[in-house]
Amino acid sequence: MTDPHLTSEAKSQTSPAESAKHFSRFYEEVQELKAQYPDRRSAALPALRLAQEKHGYLSPEALRECAEALGTTPAFCEAVASFYDMLHLEPIGRHMVEVCTNVSCALVGAQQVLETFEEELGIRAGETTEDGEVTLRPIECLGGCGWATVVSVDHHYRTHVKPADVPAIVQELRSGD
Amino acid sequence: MATERLIVMAGTDERDLTKLAEYEAIGGYGALQKARAMTPEAVIDEVIASELRGRGGAFFPTGRKWSFVPKPDQNPNPHYLVVNADESEPGSFKDNEIMARVPHRFIEGCLIAAHAVESKEVFVYIRGEYTGPYEILVGALKELEDRPDLRGDATIVLHRGAGAYICGEETALLESLEGKRGQPRTKPPFPAVEGLYASPTVVNNVETMATLPPIIAMGGAEYAKLGVPDSRGTRLVSISGHVERPGNYEIENGISMHELIYGLGGGIPGGRELKAVIPGGSSTVILKGDEIDVGYDFNSLLKLNTAMGSAGVVALDDRCCMVQLGIRISEFYEHESCGKCTPCREGTRWMTQILRRLESGDALQPELDLLLDVCDRINGKCLCPLGETAAVAVASYVEKFRAEFIAHVDEGGCPFGDASPLHDVLAPVAIHLATAVPA
Repeated sequence: MTDPHLTSEAKSQTSPAESAKHFSRFYEEVQELKAQYPDRRSAALPALRLAQEKHGYLSPEALRECAEALGTTPAFCEAVASFYDMLHLEPIGRHMVEVCTNVSCALVGAQQVLETFEEELGIRAGETTEDGEVTLRPIECLGGCGWATVVSVDHHYRTHVKPADVPAIVQELRSGD
Repeated sequence: MATERLIVMAGTDERDLTKLAEYEAIGGYGALQKARAMTPEAVIDEVIASELRGRGGAFFPTGRKWSFVPKPDQNPNPHYLVVNADESEPGSFKDNEIMARVPHRFIEGCLIAAHAVESKEVFVYIRGEYTGPYEILVGALKELEDRPDLRGDATIVLHRGAGAYICGEETALLESLEGKRGQPRTKPPFPAVEGLYASPTVVNNVETMATLPPIIAMGGAEYAKLGVPDSRGTRLVSISGHVERPGNYEIENGISMHELIYGLGGGIPGGRELKAVIPGGSSTVILKGDEIDVGYDFNSLLKLNTAMGSAGVVALDDRCCMVQLGIRISEFYEHESCGKCTPCREGTRWMTQILRRLESGDALQPELDLLLDVCDRINGKCLCPLGETAAVAVASYVEKFRAEFIAHVDEGGCPFGDASPLHDVLAPVAIHLATAVPA
């Protein structure tokens, strides 16, 4: 879902003109989101999601753009974003690996799956690889308890994941897309 | 031998019902046409006759909920239908499968409900993590774009959440849908009177919506012949944990839990003993392995002081430590507490800390009473049920497995240790996302 070509790093290399073009496209997209609702403020979550997709995370610049497009303040955007688990106010990896460790997944070995990811990626859960590629974290119930262990890779579910499946998933992320 | 009874999922065994043509081939959207030929009051009466109760977990009679909405001449504000697709209850994954496999039946149900409550605007609040079901619903709605005969004059907006269990609570959901932090509101006013944008709003669950087309098609009275008193019709039950065949099963309400676990679920793997069952999602009072000769319905479970909740049945085998279960459940609620009410915000944290001391063998006997005391100080003292359900669930582990909790004190540690699958599971609340991406 996150556009891999628009990480914060990649963005800093764009020229002011390109940057302005990106913002004007984002602004238009947010206006379309606002039009879906009787009250424009309802567009806050979808707009924040969109801003995060464009910037890689909700950087101060992303929050400023979001506020301008929504017609509110960056502080309001940050206050909303800080409530939600999927909105990130700090940089994250280009790829996100989230292992459900709630009860149903834990009962069939989610912790072992998480630890195998730690070994394969060389990081602890909650960290991002040094090259900024992959963030690994445990996550609360993903709503796939009957297909445990559920791992969300870039927000798409992998089901019935066993520790033995982990190296291939990591390889897939490493080989790029 | 227990069998499924497909009403909501009817047709999925033979066809790909994500396609409009396939769904129409089995009579899909026929119930919508039938409902639109009826007055809104007549549709509400039909749903009242079906005795349908909300499938989200609170079990409120759906037709009655609709009847509380003021008529347009009593309240000129627009009426909204909001569908709660924020399924996040540990153990429940039924709405996920309903949206993914019968999206058109779900949408048809939304349009029937919109007609009944005289709403032109429907918002489906779908949890942010559900990319798969979201994309399927987008596809299904796209198919309807060319079909004004089906769509009518109602609009359906898919609104994606951003990761917050509390937004499954209806007033928190409405706050979130208004673009704010998802913190519950005080009730009253109830959403039927002042909901979204302070206008009359009906909030219903996904499965409730998907049950409406069959109810209208067969008639409320016919639907009410299924199931048992106070629990009519069918229910999608999510079975997970230590069973041979985990998955969603649509059953007639009232079949025995024993059949759910040993029949449909295929029993406990490895020839192990069933130790305990969470009967209706993590918020419900736990049952011991020998308490499952009970009907899976509202009244039967109420006699055991528990509930069907969101119909998430989690089986735990005899290796599982109940203190470890308590830790993991408590950590979940601690993480998901919105922080508005102090008893919940602080209490869930204390619960986790005491349970951790029990597990590590550092706790003294009085701390078990302290744990129950903390639970008691959360109960009934918060705006929404989140903290209360954490407290009630964990207190039920202590009540039903007290000897095991005492053994943790007496033996100075956990008798199960790492033989229990819940040993040392890393929960999100235990870490903070490391922020470092090297410059």
